[in-house]
Amino acid sequence: MGLFILRRLGVMLLTTLCLTFVVFWLTNLQPNLEKLAKTQGNMRMTDEQVTSWLETRGYARPALVKYGEWLGVVPGWRYDAPDGSVQARCLTEGASIETAPRYCGILQGEWGYSTVFREDVSKIIGIRLGLTAKLMFWVMVLMVPSALILGVLAGMREGSRTDRTLSTISITTTATPEYVSGVILIAVFASSAVGLKWFKGTATSAMEDANFGNFFLPVLTIALYGMGYIARMTRASMAEVMTAQYIRTARLKGVSFRDIVMKHALRNALIAPFTVIMLQFPWLLNGVVIVETLFNYKGFGWTLVQAAGNNDIELLLGVSVVSVIVVLVTQLISDIGYVYLNPRISVS
Amino acid sequence: METLTWAEIIPRILWQFLPVWIALVGVFAVSILFKRRLGLYGKLFDSGIGMIGFALVMFWVFTGIFGAMDLIVTHDALAQASGMKNKVPGTPLRGAEEGEYAYYLLGGDNLARDVFSRTIKGAWIVVQIAPLATLFAFMVGITLGLPAGYYGGKLDTLLTFVANLVLAFPVILLFYLLVTPEIVATGIPSYMAAVLFVFPLIFAGVLLNSRYHTRPTLRTPLLIGVLFVMGWLYLSLVSDAGTPLQVLPGWLDLFDVPGGILVVFVAVVFVNSPTVFRIVRGLTLDIKTRDYVAAAQTRGEGPWYIMLWEILPNARGPLIVDFCLRIGYTTILLGTLGFFGLGMPPESPDWGSTINEGRKLLTVYLHPALPPAFALLSLVLGLNLLADGLREESLRD
Repeated sequence: MGLFILRRLGVMLLTTLCLTFVVFWLTNLQPNLEKLAKTQGNMRMTDEQVTSWLETRGYARPALVKYGEWLGVVPGWRYDAPDGSVQARCLTEGASIETAPRYCGILQGEWGYSTVFREDVSKIIGIRLGLTAKLMFWVMVLMVPSALILGVLAGMREGSRTDRTLSTISITTTATPEYVSGVILIAVFASSAVGLKWFKGTATSAMEDANFGNFFLPVLTIALYGMGYIARMTRASMAEVMTAQYIRTARLKGVSFRDIVMKHALRNALIAPFTVIMLQFPWLLNGVVIVETLFNYKGFGWTLVQAAGNNDIELLLGVSVVSVIVVLVTQLISDIGYVYLNPRISVS
Repeated sequence: METLTWAEIIPRILWQFLPVWIALVGVFAVSILFKRRLGLYGKLFDSGIGMIGFALVMFWVFTGIFGAMDLIVTHDALAQASGMKNKVPGTPLRGAEEGEYAYYLLGGDNLARDVFSRTIKGAWIVVQIAPLATLFAFMVGITLGLPAGYYGGKLDTLLTFVANLVLAFPVILLFYLLVTPEIVATGIPSYMAAVLFVFPLIFAGVLLNSRYHTRPTLRTPLLIGVLFVMGWLYLSLVSDAGTPLQVLPGWLDLFDVPGGILVVFVAVVFVNSPTVFRIVRGLTLDIKTRDYVAAAQTRGEGPWYIMLWEILPNARGPLIVDFCLRIGYTTILLGTLGFFGLGMPPESPDWGSTINEGRKLLTVYLHPALPPAFALLSLVLGLNLLADGLREESLRD
């Protein structure tokens, strides 16, 4: 088991390195850098000004070297201007060039500086992740129990009317992407045109003070899309368990249907959905980006859109590191959890 | 003229769809009549869910096709009419000329364009791109997944690693990185297109060669013919004036894909391929232990013959079902791209862009955002139901 986890962690590290390099390379392509120079400096910069802007800020060097600096395995750049002033990657405000460290990258705990928000990347990501964690927590609270109940109810009597109805509901929710369900929910519950106005159409105020009125719609929008999928998996697994020999034995013994479902079937039926729930995280990440944009909730997904839209290199790298780690860690947990829940499977 | 009520709008909309109804009734009548002779497709008409799904899908397919032929649309999807900004459904067109449709059936959007016509035109974009992109993704996934599952070993490790790498990327981040004008200017999407679109050629070439290599008199002309036609199409598709990849001279170039569409296409294929790869690989791992594969190996068949003519046909059930589901997922991805304003030109009538424009005024005006939202919902729902029906019917025997 230990070796298995160790190997998985190694693969994880390699994946993260590859992915961040791809992001780094794409954001550091010449047209992207020129756009960055123009948005950060001045829209009407001439080509020479752009070149010198990029040179004084250390952008005009090979991508591999810059990537090494970002990682913290190559000494940070240093630019001596003709007038004697010095600019360097590791130079923080107020510090002199002599005391500044030579290396400053991820390994030294420096995540860099966001050019859009003009703040440290680690700080931005910390705050935004907290906000998204709040959103995700409520999504899970709403989504997991309702999906499991839907699935178990549908799967315990396969082919019945309840099964048909609930399955149709879950197919419909999986067929509705967040930007469609969000728009419909806002239209019905938040617009002045319909007039119900039960909830708010934006969740900006939920960042400080979340309540039912301003937070329910975004939570529901994300939960709906994932719910159908988990419910379908639960249904399939429940339906399979209900045909097993031991259920028939229990039935022949005269155990009541309620006890069969609760005591015999449920535990075994929930193994498969567990993995699915964990594997839903990457999907939810997508939903988070859409919903946070739609409801203007300034969390992690919103930050991703801002960073990507403005070619904010270091923030984008930070965002990708975090999201890749989230994806890979949930995969690992789902694999390990599967082994623990299902004694028939072993990792070796 | 007065504004129409909903009781008048709905019959008018249904009337506009008349060609679609005729086509649908025709397809269903023929299919049900001959359903015993049509294999899996015919069996679809035994399941209620499958039929509903098929009807929804074909509704949008016909709508797309007839919409492109200007049969259903009432107005030009890009034209703006004065005084029609954000007008409610059924508003009469101010100063309508002779021969012009006198109403905006589903109202006007923020730029005074007809919402109804835009939704119809949006269907054509989806109907064109989604199935084709899914097909390309399947070509890539099958061509790489079969050998990965069949040979295993280092090749498998490498390809699986790359597939997981792409899958670990958040889709929207990938879109933002690939589908921006700056990246398009560097030509990276064109090079990716050149790589991804070569897979159908490889697939067809290997497929025919593995089958007919014992009969060179048939194989050689067949291969030359097929590869020549496909190669020409490939080069026409890949080479585009204005991109770094202009291999064909203009007079040989059969068609040009309009700007933005090719990039969107590449992005969607790229995102879908790794999942298809994983499915095909898993199926291959399962099927290669069967007796008929061992029999083929004993007969001395080549590995590619076994993969393409023994394993692949036996994996078709799950693949067909996944194909339907994946078209739906591709539709969602296209909508996502539009929703973030990526790739498509800003005035494009595709559903995602229209939803994105409509959502900004959603608390006041509902009508610009809701029709494309329901259109997308019903198409994806139809594809999901169709996949469900196919799965049920293919499991039955």
